[in-house]
Amino acid sequence: MAEALILAVKIAIATMFVLNLAGLLTWAERRQSAFIQDRLGPNRASVFGIRLIGLLHPVADGIKMIMKEDFIPAGADRVVHTIAPFIALFPAFVAYAVIPFGDRLPIFGYDVNLVVSDINIGLLFVVAVMSIAIFGIFLGGWASNNKWSLLGALRSAAQMISYEVTLGLTIIGILMVYESVRLDEIVRAQGDLLFGFIPKWGIVTQPIGFLLFFAAAMAESKRTPFDLPEGESEIVAGYFLEYSGMKFGMFFMGEFAEIVVIAGIIASLFLGGWQIPWVTTEMLLKAFPGWLVALIQIGVFSAKVVALCWLQLTIRWTLPRFRYDQLMRLGWKMLLPISLANIFVTGLVILLLQ
Amino acid sequence: MSMKTSLTFWERLYFPEIFRGIAITSRHFFKNLSNPLKNPVTIRYPEQKRFIHPRWRGRHRLMERNDGSPRCVACMCCATVCPARCISIMPGEHSDPAIMKYPVSFEIDLTRCIFCGYCVEACPVDAIRMDSGIVSVVGYDRDQLQFNKDRLLAKTP
Ligand code: SF4
Ligand code: SF4
Repeated sequence: MAEALILAVKIAIATMFVLNLAGLLTWAERRQSAFIQDRLGPNRASVFGIRLIGLLHPVADGIKMIMKEDFIPAGADRVVHTIAPFIALFPAFVAYAVIPFGDRLPIFGYDVNLVVSDINIGLLFVVAVMSIAIFGIFLGGWASNNKWSLLGALRSAAQMISYEVTLGLTIIGILMVYESVRLDEIVRAQGDLLFGFIPKWGIVTQPIGFLLFFAAAMAESKRTPFDLPEGESEIVAGYFLEYSGMKFGMFFMGEFAEIVVIAGIIASLFLGGWQIPWVTTEMLLKAFPGWLVALIQIGVFSAKVVALCWLQLTIRWTLPRFRYDQLMRLGWKMLLPISLANIFVTGLVILLLQ
Repeated sequence: MSMKTSLTFWERLYFPEIFRGIAITSRHFFKNLSNPLKNPVTIRYPEQKRFIHPRWRGRHRLMERNDGSPRCVACMCCATVCPARCISIMPGEHSDPAIMKYPVSFEIDLTRCIFCGYCVEACPVDAIRMDSGIVSVVGYDRDQLQFNKDRLLAKTP
């Protein structure tokens, strides 16, 4: 009974984390882009005159999207058109099931591992689930019976498959260093110290891998500079052009949920997840009760995720969109060879250190 | 015309330039975040109004004589010159023989007006002006944007 309750609480934490952060990001993106461009951004939505620096805009947006007409174009495949947004949104939540947000801690007498499901293929599971999101986008574009949507879908399929190669190959570098696919163990291994004083974070052991993974992951999330599938100035809105109301909202939320997931994965793989540099869980447990340690670790993990989300939004408002041939050249001719070289160099260093 | 510009080695590496770009955008971000009430250039419109120059063309108004009747002599110059054909005047005989005519009705359709100011230029007796300084010409339906003589004579809507 207690087990089930603990699991339910963990699931709630993970889901709420993604859902709320994704909702907040829709607000943060608009306010942040405004600040980057020396504007103010939306700050007018109010309830009884209380504005809360614009925080009510996501709520207003949600209400607006639910109230809007749910439109299915003539000639569209009704079933596929309807399920596509679901397929696009849910992988992001499922992927968060294996991302650890804290260590194994004694909380109120129970031994709680702060990850929803600690499966031994964690990292592969994330990659596998994330690639399901392509289907949602592709089916949505295909079922819409619209040439812009189809073009967007084709672009997204080509782009995501290209960059998934790099994504997979960069992960191999991480696997070689930490010798595990279990995200829990990868994060725990990052608590060690390199040469006795540098935290053994992924960004230290795999700096090139970090850049490659970041670039490929941004391409996966289909945001500027990789937003060719949407490309509003070229193909109107790409794959979700024929969507309205809450179905559009699901694609929209899916995009932001993906940002959160990418931030979570990068934090776990490269920035030490819930680890605080030079402070181990044992030291924390000696000083604080278990539940407080759990809160501290969740807080540290969230801070890293939020920082990475901020970085992704900043990049989105810094760079212009790629041209399609540039995109493909970057993916196949630059990132792929560099990631292969990265694996080679990693192997060489590991061999020499033995 | 396409110009072939050659990039330097550092620009070709791409990543240093990305970091420079991020530095610029985040500098703006943190500058505005540090003092969001002062730094952004946004004018918070309904509360804060921008200075309107006296010669700026706003909503039209009709001028009055000393006795309060419209100064307009219904010569139709403005209606003729108006490129948007949005002024419609019904002229009528004035009781004073010294005055040519007077407008029985004078209507400007502001849904069509392009605010060019030609009507003001054309008027021989300076009866129509655009110096009211009214910026927002808004209404919930089109009828609210048909301005008749009474509304044009009063300075406020
Ligand atoms: S401003 Fe121009 S368009 Fe408007 S009423 Fe006068 S002449 Fe016509
Ligand atoms: S030009 Fe002047 S006087 Fe003539 S009709 Fe127009 S407003 Fe009246």
